[in-house]
Amino acid sequence: MDFLYLIDKSVIVVVIFLISLLIAMYSTYAERKVAAFMQDRVGPNRAGPFGILQPLADGGKFFFKEEIIPSAANKFLFILGPGLAMFTSLMTSVVIPWGGTLNIAGRDIPLQVADLNIGVLYVFGVVSLGVYGIMIGGWASNNKYGLLGAIRASSQMISYELGMGLSLISLVMVSGTLSLGEIVEQQQGFNWYVFKQPLAFFIFMVCAFAECNRTPFDLPECEAELVGGYHTEYSSMKLGFYMFAEYVNMFVSSAFMASLFFGGYQFPFIDSLGLSQNVTVLLGTLIFFLKIFAFIFFFMWVRWTLPRFRYDQLMRLGWQVMLPLALLNIFLTGGVLLWIDN
Amino acid sequence: METSNDGYIPVLIQLIVAGGFVAGTLWITHILGPNRKSAKKLETFECGIEPQGNARLPFSIKYFLTAILFVLFDVEVIFFYPWATNFREFGTQGFVSMGIFVSLFLLGFLYLRKKQAFKWE
Amino acid sequence: MKEATIFGEDQATGNDKVYNTLNLGPTHPSTHGIFQNVLKLDGEIIVDAEPTIGYIHRAFEKIAEKRPYYQVTPLTDRMNYCSAPINNIGWHMTVEKLLQVEMPKKVDYMRVIIMELARIADHLVCNTVLGVDSGALTGFTYMFQERERIYDMYEEVCGARLTTNIGRIGGFERDFNKDFRKKLETFLKEFPARFEEFDRLLTRNRIFMDRVIGVGKISAERALEYSFAGPNLRAAGVDYDVRVMTPYSSYQDFDFVIPVGTDGDTFDRYMVRQNEIRESLKIIKAAYEGMPEGNHYADCPEFYLPKKQEVYTTIEALIWHFKIIMGEVDLPKGEVYHSVEGANGELGFYLISDGGRQPYRLHFRRPCFIYYQAYPELIRGQMLSDAIMTMSSMNVIAGELDA
Repeated sequence: MDFLYLIDKSVIVVVIFLISLLIAMYSTYAERKVAAFMQDRVGPNRAGPFGILQPLADGGKFFFKEEIIPSAANKFLFILGPGLAMFTSLMTSVVIPWGGTLNIAGRDIPLQVADLNIGVLYVFGVVSLGVYGIMIGGWASNNKYGLLGAIRASSQMISYELGMGLSLISLVMVSGTLSLGEIVEQQQGFNWYVFKQPLAFFIFMVCAFAECNRTPFDLPECEAELVGGYHTEYSSMKLGFYMFAEYVNMFVSSAFMASLFFGGYQFPFIDSLGLSQNVTVLLGTLIFFLKIFAFIFFFMWVRWTLPRFRYDQLMRLGWQVMLPLALLNIFLTGGVLLWIDN
Repeated sequence: METSNDGYIPVLIQLIVAGGFVAGTLWITHILGPNRKSAKKLETFECGIEPQGNARLPFSIKYFLTAILFVLFDVEVIFFYPWATNFREFGTQGFVSMGIFVSLFLLGFLYLRKKQAFKWE
Repeated sequence: MKEATIFGEDQATGNDKVYNTLNLGPTHPSTHGIFQNVLKLDGEIIVDAEPTIGYIHRAFEKIAEKRPYYQVTPLTDRMNYCSAPINNIGWHMTVEKLLQVEMPKKVDYMRVIIMELARIADHLVCNTVLGVDSGALTGFTYMFQERERIYDMYEEVCGARLTTNIGRIGGFERDFNKDFRKKLETFLKEFPARFEEFDRLLTRNRIFMDRVIGVGKISAERALEYSFAGPNLRAAGVDYDVRVMTPYSSYQDFDFVIPVGTDGDTFDRYMVRQNEIRESLKIIKAAYEGMPEGNHYADCPEFYLPKKQEVYTTIEALIWHFKIIMGEVDLPKGEVYHSVEGANGELGFYLISDGGRQPYRLHFRRPCFIYYQAYPELIRGQMLSDAIMTMSSMNVIAGELDA
């Protein structure tokens, strides 16, 4: 470990951090534009051409709004909640391989913050911390809707985390590694895992929707019942954090789906183009982002099409459908793998 | 695969950046935002009427049960991971032993189902 | 209902189980309007509910006693504001009944068109908002464009959109104009396809069906005991419709089906409304195509303003004009009850006249008020989300509930 290594990593961390913030910001804009498109509306169009500056205006507004901490709330936890939610959602992006290895001035710089050998487990660890942000925030508000939303959110998220964890086991059985970098490397060309593990992908995607609290799993904040759910009492940047964390989560889970099942920065005929290494890497990164945007669009598409589940239906789906399906998938994968090997 | 803990240094950097961003933003908002408080404004929202007591009432045991079930199953899921990573090396024997483990897992699952732990209505 | 529970004072009644008390309302996104429900929850399950009314009580019945008859119409606007024309026309017909004025067929048909448009608008609001409450916003925006077109048509007839104050006692101010006809024709042509698009988006959606089937059930017997009417009663399987039982405004001329449900649950209420929209379209088409020739007003000098030209040239017309505007017309002594099939049930007007210039007593039979009484019974033992769907599907409108 040398000093240059630290510099490299710091630059990559900061750049990726800023990019993910930017994308999360513009996801809010995209969400509104996509919603408008689907609902025959115009959407934001006042701030700048096509309302392109809208996210900046929204972000700026969050800074200049009054912070309200209800007198009945637990002050410390009330602040900790959104902070934790935002923090955990930002931490998950560490292990995502954004691209191959760049070669600048004779030094190899992989476009990944950290290729942990337990990448997949790291993600689950951090994601499960996200529950605390919501639970603490909802509880600290000392508000009935907030508490109910928080309880709903936590039981939903932990239930679907189980399905998520199980769905990836079959993928890990095929890949034989937990490192995201290696998983992506294995999907060279058109060797995408979605073709080998369609069921795992399906379960993972459904659980990702639930983890991000997106429709049809947006019970924790469902407006019609719980006013605002766990963030009923929040205002100013703390509300912004909750909103923002949702979009960062959406971005990160799209990145995960793209890298685990859709080959990440790999794309077919990557080698036959005859481009230099750096250009290929950057092209790969571009393709990766396109895949991510496709997933984000899918998230939004679903949100503006489907109604949401009821609490018991959601839990039943999680425990009685997703869980057994994931187990079944493990057995199938195991059987097929053994059959191939022998 | 990396063997040293060097791989975690960037995670630390990310931790500092993310933590700094969160704390910094909250702090700046605190400075920038106006501060005009009143007793009514700081009241808990309760659909426009006076708040009725403490919101921290005991809630249904069913949520708690969900949490317990999660802990139970999640611990078992963790056991799957090392096995799944080395699945090909273990071969048939590994598959059979895991089959036994999963059957126990499923047995517990069926028991809970029978006990109606999955009835949320 | 068990002993009334007030605001969670008795956290433990009878048994030692502790329940959560949750307020739905007065300012809550699920209560479309201002009313309050105090729910007693066991987890997510509703143990008991206590509806509270009166947050926007404006004493319309009392105000009506101090107003000349024609000034009561704006009050009726503000009851069920989703289908104000039905309220207006219902009131006009009540007064006409007291006066015993016969309407020309043309007025009847014009009224039928307006009332059925209002019914479509109201049902669209109810059904799309049911979608919104279950999280599907898109159908709502689709159908609100169509509702907008209906409002544009009101505008052509009376100049107003929401609180229409449409027509007057004795007919309409003016005949349907060219723009109205054009708008109605395009509406009749384009609406069905768009409506079916909404129907495809929501009705057979698995999640939506799971959310509404079996939710907020009421049996036909209980519904009748509560004296339900309208779509909510028909959803329970009783084919009662004022338009057929006691036809008014020439409804007997039209051929239409009364959609009836079987279970009385939220899905049935939704489906009944969906199908009523289709039937209403049929009625509008028939009425528009079969519109007879004639005057757009009746011979009713006590209430129908004379032509401006005559007011300026003849003394009788001037006197009538003055008398009507100043509210100096005496009505015959009498007692009438008239009811119309409002968009969400039988809307009745019980009017007692002591021969004076104002109603002696006026009572509105407001369907929402009746539905809301049954609300706790409908949601007991169900989940919190069901309570919202049930409320939404019953189409309880605060303005009508409190009057």
